Amino acid sequence: MQKFSGFALLRNALGGHQSWGPQWRNPAPKEAYDVVIVGAGGHGLATAYYLAKEHGVTNVAVIERGWLGGGNTGRNTTIVRSNYLFDESAALYDHAVKLWEGLSQDLNYNVMYSARGVLMLAHNHHDVVSFRRHVHSNRLNGVDNEWLTAEQCKEFCPPLNIKSMRYPILGGALQRRGGTARHDAVAWGYARAADARGVDIIQNCEVTGIRRDASGAVTGVETSRGFIGAKKIGVVAAGHTSVVMNMAGVRMPLESYPLQALVSEPVKPAFPTVVMSNTIHAYISQSDKGEMVIGAGTDAYTSYSQRGGLHITTHTLDAICELVPQFRRLRMLRNWGGIVDVTPDRSPILAKTPVPGLYVNCGWGTGGFKATPGSGHVFAHTIAKDEPHPINAPFSLERFRDGFLIDEAAAAAVAH
Amino acid sequence: MSGAFRTPTGGRIDRLHPVSFTFDGRHYSGFRGDTLASALIANGVHLVGRSFKYHRPRGIISAGSDEPNALVGVGRDEAHFTPNLRATQVEIHEGLKAESQNRWPSLAFDAGAINDLASPLLPSGFYYKTFMWPAKAWTTFYEPKIRAMAGLGRAPEAPDADRYSQHYAHCDVLVVGAGPAGLAAALAAAATGARVILCDEQAEMGGSLLASTRSLIDDLPAQKWLAETLATLAAQENVTLLPRTTAFGYFPHNMIALAERVSDHLAVPDPELPRERLWQVRAKEVVLATGALERPLVFPDNDRPGVMLADSARTYVNRYGARPGKRAVVFTACDAGYRAALNLAAVGVEIAAIADLRPSPSGELASRALAAGIEVRPRTVVTGTSGRLRVTGATLARLGPHDLGPAQKVDCDLVLMSGGFTPSVHLFSQSRGKLVWDETLRCYIPGTSVERERSAGASRGLFELGEALEDGYARGAAAAQAARGGSAPARSFATLAVRLGTDGHIGATPHRRNPAFAKAFVDWQNDVTAKDIKLATREGFRSIEHIKRYTTTGMATDQGKTSNMNALGIVSEALKTPVPQIGLTTFRPPFTPTTFGIFAGAARGELFDPARTTPIHGWAVENGALFEDVGNWKRALVFPREGEDLHAAVARECRAVRSSVGLFDASTLGKIEIVGPDAAEFMNRIYTNAWAKLEPGRLRYGVMLREDGFVMDDGVIGRMAPDRFHVTTTTGGAPRVLAHMEDYLQTEWPDLDVWLTSTTEQWAVIAVQGPKAREVLAPLVEAMDISRAAMPHMSVRTGRVAGVPARVFSVSFTGELGFEVNVPAEHGRAVWEAIHASGQKFGITPYGTETMHVLRAEKGYIIVGQETDGTATPDDVNLGWAVGKAKKDFVGKRSLARASMSAPDRKQLVGLLTVDPGVVLEEGAQIVADPNVPVPVPMIGHVTSSYRSAVLGRSIALAMIKGGRARIGSRLFVPMPAGVIEVEVAEPVFYDPKGERFDV
Amino acid sequence: MLLIDCPYCGLRPEIEFRYGGEAHIARPADPSALSDQEWADFLYARTNPKGKHAERWRHIHGCGRYFNAVRDTVSDFFVTTYRTGESRPETEESAR
Repeated sequence: MQKFSGFALLRNALGGHQSWGPQWRNPAPKEAYDVVIVGAGGHGLATAYYLAKEHGVTNVAVIERGWLGGGNTGRNTTIVRSNYLFDESAALYDHAVKLWEGLSQDLNYNVMYSARGVLMLAHNHHDVVSFRRHVHSNRLNGVDNEWLTAEQCKEFCPPLNIKSMRYPILGGALQRRGGTARHDAVAWGYARAADARGVDIIQNCEVTGIRRDASGAVTGVETSRGFIGAKKIGVVAAGHTSVVMNMAGVRMPLESYPLQALVSEPVKPAFPTVVMSNTIHAYISQSDKGEMVIGAGTDAYTSYSQRGGLHITTHTLDAICELVPQFRRLRMLRNWGGIVDVTPDRSPILAKTPVPGLYVNCGWGTGGFKATPGSGHVFAHTIAKDEPHPINAPFSLERFRDGFLIDEAAAAAVAH
Repeated sequence: MSGAFRTPTGGRIDRLHPVSFTFDGRHYSGFRGDTLASALIANGVHLVGRSFKYHRPRGIISAGSDEPNALVGVGRDEAHFTPNLRATQVEIHEGLKAESQNRWPSLAFDAGAINDLASPLLPSGFYYKTFMWPAKAWTTFYEPKIRAMAGLGRAPEAPDADRYSQHYAHCDVLVVGAGPAGLAAALAAAATGARVILCDEQAEMGGSLLASTRSLIDDLPAQKWLAETLATLAAQENVTLLPRTTAFGYFPHNMIALAERVSDHLAVPDPELPRERLWQVRAKEVVLATGALERPLVFPDNDRPGVMLADSARTYVNRYGARPGKRAVVFTACDAGYRAALNLAAVGVEIAAIADLRPSPSGELASRALAAGIEVRPRTVVTGTSGRLRVTGATLARLGPHDLGPAQKVDCDLVLMSGGFTPSVHLFSQSRGKLVWDETLRCYIPGTSVERERSAGASRGLFELGEALEDGYARGAAAAQAARGGSAPARSFATLAVRLGTDGHIGATPHRRNPAFAKAFVDWQNDVTAKDIKLATREGFRSIEHIKRYTTTGMATDQGKTSNMNALGIVSEALKTPVPQIGLTTFRPPFTPTTFGIFAGAARGELFDPARTTPIHGWAVENGALFEDVGNWKRALVFPREGEDLHAAVARECRAVRSSVGLFDASTLGKIEIVGPDAAEFMNRIYTNAWAKLEPGRLRYGVMLREDGFVMDDGVIGRMAPDRFHVTTTTGGAPRVLAHMEDYLQTEWPDLDVWLTSTTEQWAVIAVQGPKAREVLAPLVEAMDISRAAMPHMSVRTGRVAGVPARVFSVSFTGELGFEVNVPAEHGRAVWEAIHASGQKFGITPYGTETMHVLRAEKGYIIVGQETDGTATPDDVNLGWAVGKAKKDFVGKRSLARASMSAPDRKQLVGLLTVDPGVVLEEGAQIVADPNVPVPVPMIGHVTSSYRSAVLGRSIALAMIKGGRARIGSRLFVPMPAGVIEVEVAEPVFYDPKGERFDV
Repeated sequence: MLLIDCPYCGLRPEIEFRYGGEAHIARPADPSALSDQEWADFLYARTNPKGKHAERWRHIHGCGRYFNAVRDTVSDFFVTTYRTGESRPETEESAR
């Protein structure tokens, strides 16, 4: 792997950057691999990288229907945080944040992890209690998260409107280690680093079937480029997980919904942090390029169309214009959709499956990007050892049968 | 007077109405009808901006919404300031203030231009390769620096003072684009009687006809034909014309979103007018007549001010009477360059040379150029330009069979370029129609439609005037036919117009500079050059989406309108792969950037979300209540008296209820009337409790689970008659509960004969609570007996209260004797006031939700959503008694049988008493068994409710604690940042545990 | 915003409706007879197909009725809508 550095850039500048080689190979699939990962998004590529790096499993292929990083990895609003309520979730997401903090150096690829803070706004008494519960739980779990009064919110993020609105801001929970990262760089960085360790990344190769032997164990995948043998298969197909798992006869507790996001035209720095409001359904941050990156909730119906209704966007921008009324004259530059796979308890599944040799990493819903390094790290462990890492053990498929749900969404649900 | 570069006559500007405006503080003059760009050009101003990355001086390239360079900030003050507007679309008006962007200290001298010198260090994706050492420096040092350099204009700092409005519209045929094809389509559709909406993004309708000087349609000069056609359309009642209206989004099921710019172009807009208007149009059929965009050519230094698209230069001359220069070099790959040269020459612009990529230009326009004495150089390219703030010359070289000929410099102040035309397929692509590659035209054109939509004219590659008109008419007629039947009268168009042919070029053009260093721009705004795209391909990026993201080509505010095809051409050459195999990036809405304000519309402040108020709300306002938001509801939180703080007011209210009587507005409770022969059976299945034996006239507290076994809602339910239940729900849960009931009733048990009706808004609910409650109510009651003997706790009676028909519940959420008086909402306030008057002799005290919370907590009553959080079973919150064990089934029963639901370490509801009675715990605080262990500290529960209790003279709290019931009597700890608080686990009922006060 | 053909009211915009999830998942007649896994499958397992999906909608701001629809989850176009209780119609794969 050509090392990336300021010096390397300088040296190449003299030669007009003619000697940079490919960041990853474009290999033809081999006949068989020890592990085949289905899906070259951030989580799948990270899984391959950590299989190679942490477990010495390098005979690995990552198979991608389209182009790597082209699904939710390249479509999300890039928020990173770990201030989750339940111990299981906090452990999982904070594992990821710890990896984020050294990821650029580990991958030798600047993923632009920017700990600019994530501020979650409370608009009513229920929000206040719920966020305080998070803050206290996080503190005792060693996850930073602090309660700010409305005035402190305004001080931390001066563009915010806190008073003259229908649901005035009563305070907020701030995770200072939270922030954003450059989504494409995460996919490319993992791809390059995994490739350098011998992983084959095979793009434009659609999985069409999962082959199993008489015992029921997996033996490989049928693809648009022929059969590829595999001792183990890790499905990391996000919105398409149900489709892929169905090929192995496994019916999943998942539904896939459109999730939209949008950016404004770029402007000079005008918004210093990430602000989220679950109550009025919007979140916003400013990218390094200057675009306001804005997201909201899902559309109402399941869909693989990668687009949603204008009324969802409209509702989101209602909220943004309430929170930051001086942005009302900014203009939407791009609006797009992804497909998010949602579990009944809104927590992911990172687990073995009833099919020997088949593992699944899915159900990240609207919040998968932030978990990318941690998810790949523990999923690689799960595949390599054929047993979950302690961090992902609670995120099993069996929890739905036994009722041990990790229901972050219900815990934050509004009812009086 | 309006600029040295104004032509003496001609154009569509209104020369009788001069308009003065400022740009970067300098005063200029233009005419009504000018855009900011045309007025600046007429004043000889080309330098209007700086590029994003290298801060290179930039001029005006185009005359429309494809403009990548000429972005300006416009606004008379901060509350009306808008950044990043295209000067080519801003209509000038008297007093308009515009400023350039992304430069410091000035446009002519910009310190950021140092980046241009450092550009070898800043290739595509340079930021992925560096800024990683030391690790912390990205956030603290590099990123802030990069951010300050990035961004285009500045965001406004004051809240937007303008208004926006929203329209929904339906039509038979929506025609997008009012050029020749769109106009013809509208004519045809309108002639059938169809309801037609015709929209166009420009201030004037007409598209290419607006710049036409010689074409004839039906023997009329094109512009005269245009005027007559617009008059014809405007006169028809079934036609709506929307100029200044951009169709920016094509959404599923033929919903098209339009943005109409209503008043920005007016110097003194009518205050009644919104700034912009969002149209959401549901069209039966759509005709996309969106035209085509001219492609630039990619050659070194093709970005200096004065380098311009040829057809745009022609537009400035013909439509705006503005000469973009004095001496022009034309670089073209098609006949459009000749047409522009001839038009410019006609107004006195000297054409130094036409460099034509093609080996042997022929045809009418070439002949006319030669006849006019213009030097035409076939097989010739422009290999570079000179100049700094304005182009001063171009270098031309002849293409040999293997190499370029010698360079020759030609002085000029204008370089026109034309690489041919690209159909505007953005909306078609947004509609998910399939694009097909046309090898003849070398462009993508619409293939199979998905929506009920058809493209017409130049947007599908029919560039000639006559064919665009014929095609538009045919498509408009077909659309109307498909929408509602009826046929348009046959019509053909006799046109006399020059034929441009279909030549063109995509990709970069040859030059003799070192390709590793030459800056031949593909995407002007994002400073993406041909070498950047080649670098991406060398680095292994093969998918066009990867190349776009890595180089940022096509990701600027013009969304690649000028750059996409050339980028594809360069990739195609670099990868030796035909264009159609490289694919095409997805076209995403909006077509052009669209103001946030039009999406928000009127939804701001109080109108952001409706506020629900109770019939008693006005009384509470008049009596000084403070309110809290609960869902959409405004609820009275507390009624403080003069000089009282919140704590004092709540304590007073609490004491009043415990010692005498209080009055509470419970109207926000959800209410559902459940009626029918199978009502009791339905209740049995929906609630955990058993209902069959509940007698009419009695109340019961009911618990409802989701099918997964967790508590969903609760409420007191009255059986009014054998076949009728009056159900109450939580305030926030009402719609959810009704939907849940309807779901089961309609889809699982359609055999049950039951009707569900929401009565939340029909009943005002007045809670009279306290030992004097009966005495307060008794004098007002008619036709029912509420005496202690006749009306025990948990019963319901029907009669009249204060002369109004009422359902009176003897029920208590306070632990005191209590009644909830349900009266028709319209009488709510009157009855409230009557009860208030009746209670005066007992000092009746209105109280709010905070007091209600304290009183119920003293009794250990849960609030769903506060004690429960969607993960609690009935047993967890001590409601096991409400689960009908004998019932065979109810919603959620099977889930309760799972092992996890009775695990010993489940959190259970208990009371907490701080060892120091003066300390009030924080709601949401976590509870631990041992506070002295290192992080992560095992947590065993959390505080759900916590108050000062006036009657107990100490703090109380409710908590959910793992195995909590077994811990009653033991000590636990609440570690707070300021110190650990010691607590004792207690029974959750703090006051009157035997319940003797219900029936005083 | 989709356009949805309520079998009782006709074509109406999506904002009048509430989505009701996958159709034809009948609540077991005797839940207590089911194993934990069977019950979990009823509660949580979903087909989530990429393609034709039979699903429930409720015309909440209209007639209030639940009904079923077959919609292509790739294009979001409806193939058909039909009343609750009716079985899923045969649909052509190529229907628009």
